Amino acid sequence: MEISPIFISLKTACVATIFTFIFGVFAAKLVMNIKSERIKAVLDTVFTIPLVLPPTVIGFLLLLIFGVRRPIGRFLLEFMGVRIVFSWQATVIAAFVIAFPLMYRTAIGAFEQIDENLIMAARTLGMPETKIFFKIILPLASPGILGGAILSFARALGEFGATAMIAGNIENKTRTLPLAIYSEVAAGNMKQAAYYVIVVLAISFVVILLMNYFGRKPIVKDK
Amino acid sequence: MGLEVDIRKKVKGFTLDVNFKNEGLHLGIFGASGSGKSMTLKCIAGIIEPDEGRILLNDKVLFDSEMKINIKPQKRNIGYLFQNYALFPHLNVEENIEISLNRKKEDMKLKLDEIIELFKLEGLEKKYPRQLSGGQQQRVALARAIIKNPDILILDEPFSALDFHLKEKLEVELFELLKTYNKEVILVTHNREEVYKFCDYMTVIDEGKVVLEGNTKEVFNNPKYYNVSKLLGYDNISELQYLANDTIKAAKWGISAKMGAKLENEFSFIALKDNAMVINNSPLSNGDIVVEIIIADIIESINHFDLLVKNVSYSQGEVISLKVDKKSFEKINLKENLFLHIGNEALIYLK
Repeated sequence: MEISPIFISLKTACVATIFTFIFGVFAAKLVMNIKSERIKAVLDTVFTIPLVLPPTVIGFLLLLIFGVRRPIGRFLLEFMGVRIVFSWQATVIAAFVIAFPLMYRTAIGAFEQIDENLIMAARTLGMPETKIFFKIILPLASPGILGGAILSFARALGEFGATAMIAGNIENKTRTLPLAIYSEVAAGNMKQAAYYVIVVLAISFVVILLMNYFGRKPIVKDK
Repeated sequence: MGLEVDIRKKVKGFTLDVNFKNEGLHLGIFGASGSGKSMTLKCIAGIIEPDEGRILLNDKVLFDSEMKINIKPQKRNIGYLFQNYALFPHLNVEENIEISLNRKKEDMKLKLDEIIELFKLEGLEKKYPRQLSGGQQQRVALARAIIKNPDILILDEPFSALDFHLKEKLEVELFELLKTYNKEVILVTHNREEVYKFCDYMTVIDEGKVVLEGNTKEVFNNPKYYNVSKLLGYDNISELQYLANDTIKAAKWGISAKMGAKLENEFSFIALKDNAMVINNSPLSNGDIVVEIIIADIIESINHFDLLVKNVSYSQGEVISLKVDKKSFEKINLKENLFLHIGNEALIYLK
């Protein structure tokens, strides 16, 4: 069994989750702080829409952005010497875009559940907004946010459609587990595919276990 | 000096338009729930921004719509005790109290120890809010609000989250603690006992407007308006009629009285103060109004009786209710004729 898809998948999912986590949390905070209801609704839609779009549509849109004949893609290639399409980085980008809404949604949900009085109390106590965010909001939202991060990881790990379109299916480079399973089945190697399926099942199982653990963990433990 | 508030704010279906000035040390903001008390407080603390007006604290401008000043809540230096105390659930007692302090320096530690001792929180430093009783939570919240030495302390319904049997004990405790804090305090409540016990000055808010303000005892003794007397717990209120220029009649009970002086026709209601009325078996008057009554109902409480009585000569009238302590009640002979004596000081004229 070729094990490179396992490493590529884990690496992609890990890196994508780190970015999803950071951007998702801050996007949630940004949207929460916007006062205008209209701008809030527009941003919320933009951040959430990858959740409902077919991954191939996302792949198509990403190709429009990063394709070497497109302005951004050409700029990256000519001035930075970076070619995104069909590179390993493309798997990360695809996974990031697909998993982002999950992180963003759960973070917003976790923030909204915090008692508003706590934030008001923090303000009357003279705490600056950044201190309030890191010392009050983030810790109180942490069970939900961690759950969101794990969910994003799982989604990033399973990403297929967008990855296939922007990163391709290059062995040892962009062939992640879902693509490997697809390729083996297409080639008639059911046994090979089954090994990969077992690996995916095992990882998913651990992920769900972790999520339940963090999701139900109380903030304070009684002695 | 002191707090001056003159603000307006419109939210769907409700308009807040309050204007008052604290002329005492402890100000009571009194009103029914939904009257706009909490919103007023939040405007003072800077949590809600009023549409227009100004808020001054010790001559410092906190908010002024014309000058476009709106100081952030962080910079107002107001201590705010929230109704549900709003303790941070993920921090222990010590962390809750010191979170507003900047770096942990030696003198901070000293200050913390001092506050913990003052608020009797020794031994609870490492406990989390949900491990504390209601009274302990209240003390932690107060300690947290006071440690930064705020210019004014705001207490938003501080006892409403507590069980009834704890309330009275905690009232005493809290009012004792506040004696060590020598600055302005605002107490917001719908409980008249709390205002009376704690505040030397008060403002009554009804439907988003200040209806009356003044020294607490004066306001209680002379509530001036029908709705204020209702809020302050006067049970016996009747419409007032002027029969002749020196005679008045309380229509609800069919009681009329000749007053010594000529009367201006300026009041529409009259209320009776409980503690200036007596029931006995003597028809003799000492200058008070005497009415023969029958007892409609007696309700026994732990420390007193509630008597509901009716004017004998006006049986279609409504009852007057009054509290009689148990000793006085024993002296009344219920089998003989009964008379209600209404002293002059019991009469409160209302607009």
